[in-house]
Amino acid sequence: MSPRSLLSLCLLVLLALSGCASTSGHPDDPWEGMNRKVQTFNDNLDDYAAKPVAEVYRASVPLPTRTNVSNFFGNLEDVWIGVNNLLQGKPRDGLTDLSRFAVNSTIGIIGFFDVATELGLEKHDEDFGQTLGRWGVPSGPYLVLPLVGPSSVRDAGGFVVDKLANYPDYFIESVPMRNAGYVTKFVDTRTRLLGAESVLEDAALDKYNYLRGFYLQRRKSQIYDGRPPREDDDYR
Amino acid sequence: MKLIKFLSSLLLSVFALQAVAQEAPDALAKRVMNEVLEIVRTDKSIQSGDQKRIFELVDAKVLPHFDFRHMTALAMGREWRNASAEQKEAMTAEFKILLVRSYSNALAQYKNQTIDFKPIRMQAADSDVIVRTEVKQAGTKPVSIDYQMEKLAEGWKVYDVMVAGVSLVTNYRETFAQEIKAGGIDGLIKSLKTKNAQAEVVKK
Repeated sequence: MSPRSLLSLCLLVLLALSGCASTSGHPDDPWEGMNRKVQTFNDNLDDYAAKPVAEVYRASVPLPTRTNVSNFFGNLEDVWIGVNNLLQGKPRDGLTDLSRFAVNSTIGIIGFFDVATELGLEKHDEDFGQTLGRWGVPSGPYLVLPLVGPSSVRDAGGFVVDKLANYPDYFIESVPMRNAGYVTKFVDTRTRLLGAESVLEDAALDKYNYLRGFYLQRRKSQIYDGRPPREDDDYR
Repeated sequence: MKLIKFLSSLLLSVFALQAVAQEAPDALAKRVMNEVLEIVRTDKSIQSGDQKRIFELVDAKVLPHFDFRHMTALAMGREWRNASAEQKEAMTAEFKILLVRSYSNALAQYKNQTIDFKPIRMQAADSDVIVRTEVKQAGTKPVSIDYQMEKLAEGWKVYDVMVAGVSLVTNYRETFAQEIKAGGIDGLIKSLKTKNAQAEVVKK
């Protein structure tokens, strides 16, 4: 899916959501009814398409090759991660990311090998939603996006910017090639998450609640780079 | 001669006990983790996906270092105070089963990741620390797993586990609150029991 059609899909979903009445419940989740429906849609899609494909991919492609694929996509993202670090006022981290891209694109053979990590240039985890959060933009209501999963109004906006910034149109002109790239990337991401869904099923009393809590806490942690202020909550 | 032998072994065991009690939290976490992963790596039945064997391993090696009562209190939040002694007991028992099952399941996913222990920042007098670790896997960003530990009379005990910055314990709070609102604390205990029973059936 191209970023443009993704954008229109997101807008459509937002429009549909604004029609939903707010139900009682979680303060960050006024659109729970709609969100639950989208999650069910995503779960079905995963059960019948994404997960089986990922399992075949894992079984038929050897680990070193899969690692090369992950590295390749990860390398392309490092530039945008670096830009986000710069936007968040972390020039040191930003320069690390850009150096990673320089090293891995050359010595790492167009990103197939993550030489930079071996050299001590650590990979970071940034996106535009986090940058907005760092700038003080509140997350807004929780939002489950079709195909993508848990998000929020802020992060959905950030996600669209991320996709536009990582737009392979800039250097891949052939449409089939580009689409093959999108599909491969999706399969790669899903393959790395194989196993997580069974842990989730096992742990959660209510999967929707569990995922929502996980997402909201995780974003907070990411925005503070792993050190969010801990709330005092000892009730013993 | 026999007496000397007895005395020296007694002395040795006293020293050993003391060493355990004084073991620093990060050293303790590292030792337990390495022992467990070593077994997971080498045990043939675990390698072939034997859930029961993993359960036994977790039970023997990991559980003694967890404070489940504290974890349950944390997950229930302010509702913990409203629970009777029996309810606290039952809640802790069921929540423990749930957590242990999730932990064992996660452990079963372990393949060839490496675990890095981050340097710990603590003063000698500290009685509450976070031991930070990072799970690294080729081709992906490392995932942080942090253990919040508290010093008790028996030694350091884990009372919260945070994966990627998310507390796996407080993440239950919303669900628990919802269940309590719907059916009281007994309703929540019942839901947990049902969930645990279901998982047991699936496993068999």
